[in-house]
Amino acid sequence: MKPAAFDYYAPTTVDDVMALLKRHGSDARLLAGGQTLLPMMNFRLAAPEVIIDLNRIPELAFIREAGGQVHIGAMTRQRALEFSPVIAKDLPLLHEAIKMVGHLPTRSRGTIGGSLANADSAAEIPMILQVLEGEVLVRGPDGERTIPAAELILDAMTTSLAESEMLAEVRFQVMPQGALFAVEEFSRRRGDFAIAAVAAMLVVKDGLCEKARIATAGVSSFSSRLRAAEEILEGRALDADAIRKASEAAGASIEPVSDRNASEEYRRHLTRVLTTRVLNRAAESAKPH
Amino acid sequence: MSEANGFIGKSVPRREDRRLLTGKGEFVGDLKLPGMLHAAFVRSQVAHGRIKSVDLSRALECPGVAYAIAGPDLAKLLPPVPDTQLALPKKWTTRVQHTFLNPQQPLLAHDKVRHVGEAVAVILAESRYLAEDAAEQVTVDIEPLPAVVDPEQGLGSDSAFLHEQYDTNVIGDFEVAKGEVEASLAKAPHRMKRRFYHHRYAAIPMECRGVVAAHDERTDSITVWSACQVIHWLRREASTVLKMPEARIRCVALDVGGGFGVKGHVYPEDLLIPFLAREVGRPVKWLEDRHEHFMSASHSRDQTHDVEFGFDDEGHLLAFKDEFIVDCGAWNPIGSGIAYNTAVHLPGPYKFDHFLVRSRIVVTNKVPNAAYRGAGRPEATFAMERVMDLIAVELGLDPAEVRMRNMIPHSEMPYHLGIPYRDGEPIVYDSGDYPESLRQALTAIGGLDAFRERQRAARAQGRFLGLGLGCYVEGTGVGPFESATVRIDPSGKIYLAGGACPQGQGMETIFSQIVADAWKVDPKDVVVALADTSAISIGFGTIASRSTVNLSGAIYNASQVLQKKVFAIAANLMECSPVDLELRNGSVGLVGVPGKELPLARIAKAAMPGWENARPEGVSAGLEETAYFQPPTVTWAYATHAAILDLDVELGRIEIEKYVIVHDCGVVVNPMLVDGQIHGGAVQGLGGALLEELAYDSEGQLLVGSFMDYLVPGASDVPHMELKHMHFPSPLNPFGVKGVGEGSAIAPPVVIANGVCDALSHLKIEFNSTPIKPEQIARAVWGR
Amino acid sequence: MAKSVEIHLKVNGKNHVGHCESRTLLADFLRDHLNLTGTHTGCEHGVCGVCTIFVNGEAVRSCIMLAAQANGAEIVTIEGLSTAGRYHAVQKAFHENHALQCGFCTPGMLATVIDFLKTNPSPTKPEVKEALSAVLCRCTGYQNVVKAVMEAAADMREGTVGASANV
Repeated sequence: MKPAAFDYYAPTTVDDVMALLKRHGSDARLLAGGQTLLPMMNFRLAAPEVIIDLNRIPELAFIREAGGQVHIGAMTRQRALEFSPVIAKDLPLLHEAIKMVGHLPTRSRGTIGGSLANADSAAEIPMILQVLEGEVLVRGPDGERTIPAAELILDAMTTSLAESEMLAEVRFQVMPQGALFAVEEFSRRRGDFAIAAVAAMLVVKDGLCEKARIATAGVSSFSSRLRAAEEILEGRALDADAIRKASEAAGASIEPVSDRNASEEYRRHLTRVLTTRVLNRAAESAKPH
Repeated sequence: MSEANGFIGKSVPRREDRRLLTGKGEFVGDLKLPGMLHAAFVRSQVAHGRIKSVDLSRALECPGVAYAIAGPDLAKLLPPVPDTQLALPKKWTTRVQHTFLNPQQPLLAHDKVRHVGEAVAVILAESRYLAEDAAEQVTVDIEPLPAVVDPEQGLGSDSAFLHEQYDTNVIGDFEVAKGEVEASLAKAPHRMKRRFYHHRYAAIPMECRGVVAAHDERTDSITVWSACQVIHWLRREASTVLKMPEARIRCVALDVGGGFGVKGHVYPEDLLIPFLAREVGRPVKWLEDRHEHFMSASHSRDQTHDVEFGFDDEGHLLAFKDEFIVDCGAWNPIGSGIAYNTAVHLPGPYKFDHFLVRSRIVVTNKVPNAAYRGAGRPEATFAMERVMDLIAVELGLDPAEVRMRNMIPHSEMPYHLGIPYRDGEPIVYDSGDYPESLRQALTAIGGLDAFRERQRAARAQGRFLGLGLGCYVEGTGVGPFESATVRIDPSGKIYLAGGACPQGQGMETIFSQIVADAWKVDPKDVVVALADTSAISIGFGTIASRSTVNLSGAIYNASQVLQKKVFAIAANLMECSPVDLELRNGSVGLVGVPGKELPLARIAKAAMPGWENARPEGVSAGLEETAYFQPPTVTWAYATHAAILDLDVELGRIEIEKYVIVHDCGVVVNPMLVDGQIHGGAVQGLGGALLEELAYDSEGQLLVGSFMDYLVPGASDVPHMELKHMHFPSPLNPFGVKGVGEGSAIAPPVVIANGVCDALSHLKIEFNSTPIKPEQIARAVWGR
Repeated sequence: MAKSVEIHLKVNGKNHVGHCESRTLLADFLRDHLNLTGTHTGCEHGVCGVCTIFVNGEAVRSCIMLAAQANGAEIVTIEGLSTAGRYHAVQKAFHENHALQCGFCTPGMLATVIDFLKTNPSPTKPEVKEALSAVLCRCTGYQNVVKAVMEAAADMREGTVGASANV
């Protein structure tokens, strides 16, 4: 399974990338971590004429704290995120989820930007972006724009990026102090893409859930927020009854997909089950040890 | 021969490891020959169809392409793969009612394509990259035909026929029986009927197939290196197809990255590549890639069993009738091998008098079905072990108790089963204690009563624990023979050549242990040559858990003869009688007189032909003996597997809390390696139970093309396994050994099925097919 | 024409210059151009882990990396793990615990394990199993591999057996 031939470029600046994209248009593919694109090319399911390798652009890999936010360059390796003290401190939900992404050797190469741009429906990073309401910075021929999480992914493997654009940076608000969070994933084997995954972050103040953000992966064609469940939780105590109702709403609100791993009905069921477990675990973590 | 008490039974670390741990192993893909061309196949994307034309013209113009040929042209040059490779002995054909048709697979499809993945053309180019570029440019015009995907539909007279010369898709049909099953069923106090389905999955070794061939003009001879378990079969078939004497063909398997049966027969590619090497006058290498592997290397299992069984109020099985269908895929390279294994392994370790099995082998438009670890036995064990649990549920007895009541007691061993094995010999379970293996397994899981108590308490709390049992017997060490050459090297080391073909089992290590004990040398002083037709001219190969049994027997036979010669020469040199001599420390010495000995190197020199020899009258020159071991029949290994499952019924996930294997393979040559075989087989079995599946759609499209779809168990998916050993030596070979390569893959699927049913017994749910997927469990429970 | 590339890289401590197509996979470059056939490919789509090697000190799947991307990199393959004929602690533990059978996945196992132990020198058994799930093995059933890794970790912590000059 060898890839078809292509012209290869390894630019060293984002401007060079823009120029190459402009010149080659749809003939070109951007190569980030390669953990998804190279397999597709080896199968010849993708046979781009031009490869623009992003791995030689140092300005694209960084993790920075910036005024209540964390800014992450698109080419930052998942492995770097896994071992970053900044991520562990400021974005503990991402810290927990990143260990579920593939395996350590794939995280050595896989990038945060690549995962978001690829928008696999069962990937964990897009789900975390939804929960934390992050945004991405996109570079295009005419400059830069920001896309909030809710507007980034349109469908399975489809983002709102234009052909001439490139995802350059991911930005998150630092998670609130004392935020409760959890992520649960169900897959056939460890490290596989999720059949169903749910992640949540909750801000609880004076016994009431002030803010609830819950998102899924794997159950629908793209990661999305479980707004119906969030609405049930916000403004009330995080008790068993609230969790049960929220989970029911979660299962009812999704548009599940069906495939050889799971039917629609089972995915709804898994959504309910995983939402319950995530909310229970998040609630538990609030209790003094 | 002195008692074997030195290295046999010791966990000698492997000599293979040094090269494999340092990257110095040599697998077929590592071979580089000057001028070598690389092959890529064009494979059918249609399940069933008539080949109208194959256009190679654009491919031939691609850069780096040296040669290309398609099926229709090749058919004019070469015959198909010769008739079924695992021939049936006359003893069998005269004893078992059967009909077999043997369609012969052409080396490239020419009239029809009969499965997605069947090769239609081959391209040779300067690199695999370039060959694949060219392969994309080949146009194959196929007129599609209806695909036969369901073997039961394939039975119908209005079905499309794969092999139109036959007017049927049933290419095998046989029946084996004892007693009067219909009468017994009619009279039985209880009578039940069930269908069991064990699905299609496969060996999937980490190294795919590969063949390299080179033709030497000077000697008009061919060398074929293949990742192959049966290199002597390959040489035989290559001799026919290439019209060359075997003496001009050398077949070698280098380091092989796992076989498990899938590399255990001769494939079209094994014969086509050497032909091409001779045709183009340059060495040719073909390395199968993983995508190809799924659609062209043999699949296995895929049997549907319709079982009717009768039993009494105490749970004694009285009668067992099974009509089963094997979904054979498009071709049948090893004939009745799998199906017949299934038939005779159905009775298992149980005692009952009325048995009938009818098997039909049905071709379908899928990859051919051939051997994979267990080779028909897992399917049989699935049926019988589910029956044991079903009897228990019906009568409100414990499944362990039902098995105990039915098992052949130790006092009745050896036990005559009443039907013949594949070798035509009447099956005799030669040694062992089946009830004891079950007892030990129950002890190892913490005791049956204790578990049932835990299970009750857990269920009251909404937790579901289940006990899964799987007991089986296994015919191992099948003939017809294996070969060994033992030679005393002039250095005094012992040289062993044998017909066995290793794929990771550690044969170089264990056979050096066996020779070391036979000759009283250190295993380091044994030179081992396997898997090479030039090292030994007649051999059989490694399938069916046969090599420890058969090669050790051949080593024994060769050594017996050779030692007489060695002693005769030594006696001549030492001026004593041969009866006063013994082997010790790599020498021949006078019994009771330490220091009075001659090293084997000295004897080897003395045995040489020529002027300086010291052979007594009547003793021929040279110190080498080639011998064969022809086992009287198979020798029966057995095991009980027991597992405690903990079900997360919301998700449908199965946690294996404990997995215990009580296993008997007779005398153990190397305990560490035997344990390794048992671990590996059991994990493959668990993969088959829960994860691995080769699914087809209704058009015959294979839905699995990568490791994203085919789920091989990883380290996180397997439980800790506790192993216990029993050792009833085999009476059928000199060392008392039994085969162990396949066994542990046999029971896990039914262990899981039984365990899940037991965990949910309050819901009276049955799981009678595999794989068992989380959704099935979740569905069985939700809303209840 | 950017269809071929020239690469400079260090492999097992030795400098190499190579020319290959831009599409040449790193695994094939090592095997075919540098004759380092110790690295194996089991799937060529980045799932089985058999091809795992060290690139700049981290375990990476060489079948889904272009040789071109290794320009300027330091690579260590299985051939570079032992030092002056002495096994790395992990190799030694594999040998003593029968953690390999056919040896085909072993190169990937060794790289994955050694990298993992660098990030987690005192792992628990579940952590080891999770790390090992990055590499598929059909022969061993993983039981002895887990045992070997726990033992190697202990050996390395106690300093009784060395690591290697290269990794």
